[in-house]
Amino acid sequence: MSRSAVLVDADWVEANLDTPGVVLVEVDEDTSAYAKGHIRGAVKIDWRQDLQDPVRRDFVDKAGFEALLSARGIANDDTVVLYGGNNNWFAAYAYWYFKLYGHENVKLLDGGRKKWELDSRELVEDVAARSATTYTASEQDLSIRAFRDDVVAAIGKQNLVDVRSPDEFTGKLLAPAHLPQEQAQRAGHVPTARNIPWSKAANDDGTFRSDDELKDLYSGEGVDFGKDTIAYCRIGERSAHSWFVLHEILDQANVKNYDGSWTEYGSLVGVPIELGEAR
Amino acid sequence: MTVQAQGCAAPEQTVALPAGIDLSTQAVIQGVVSGAGTAYARLLDHSGEFTGEVVVSDEGIFRFFAAPGQWTVRIIAGGGVTKDVSVEAKLGEVSQLAVAV
Repeated sequence: MSRSAVLVDADWVEANLDTPGVVLVEVDEDTSAYAKGHIRGAVKIDWRQDLQDPVRRDFVDKAGFEALLSARGIANDDTVVLYGGNNNWFAAYAYWYFKLYGHENVKLLDGGRKKWELDSRELVEDVAARSATTYTASEQDLSIRAFRDDVVAAIGKQNLVDVRSPDEFTGKLLAPAHLPQEQAQRAGHVPTARNIPWSKAANDDGTFRSDDELKDLYSGEGVDFGKDTIAYCRIGERSAHSWFVLHEILDQANVKNYDGSWTEYGSLVGVPIELGEAR
Repeated sequence: MTVQAQGCAAPEQTVALPAGIDLSTQAVIQGVVSGAGTAYARLLDHSGEFTGEVVVSDEGIFRFFAAPGQWTVRIIAGGGVTKDVSVEAKLGEVSQLAVAV
């Protein structure tokens, strides 16, 4: 993949609002944002209600994903363009999710909803009607998903990239600062992880930095591109943003997103944790 | 019963603290933005690194749950407008800002 294959800009989206086979999908951190206005023709996926198993902590299964996309009128050969608020965190999470279940043509709107809004581009409240499809998903591509045992096994051996803010990494905060700091898990980070906040990969308007800037960022922070990489954050959405940068824009092989992330790792009994700056 | 996924979604930005928040354990930074249309509030730590970001509400309100210490709130509005305001957060207190852009 490359930047041009996985990213589109707002002008491209405006020019393709009525193009058959192009489906815009909004996925927001704030799940009420879509109702207040969205890009014309976009359908909504609610990352909580639609993408998570309602009982156990895991994704919806293959059948659930097929039912979701069929109901949203998304076909296997559609080009899906994802966008969302908060610098595309959850749109990137959904992108990774679409790839996990094998959707071929999926892209991110660079800058997401934020840049679209700051540019004062049109948002509408009308919900587009799309005919249901019969979507067929693949089995999960586990080459891009890490689990807790993978993370423990990677300590000291692979690149572990903690993309949370420095204060979360060092243990000063347990959650992003827009959330109350009341959590059950221990603070800190996985030993040998490098702290490369997701935000370093983005400009203030939410667009991604240039390829050269991104390469310099990760190599400058100690990522060895010759090794496998696991990215994590708190629940896997910010690290999906960094996974997107490493795997999709920079075309690095063997990059996994650990969606269990700190809410799982920081609650595990007996696993090693480090506090303070990276060593 | 439906179990909600544990998420990073920002609580609704309102004047009053959300119900159930024990202020004695929090160092809250909140404020009101005036003169902007759509705007975002970004919290930067002492080194200038991103720590959180929220959409400013229709009423101009934003809120962060920070750690005690020095912070910068950056308001990002349309037209490339940004405005930085320094603030100190203290445990058990709400540090209130008013930002005109």
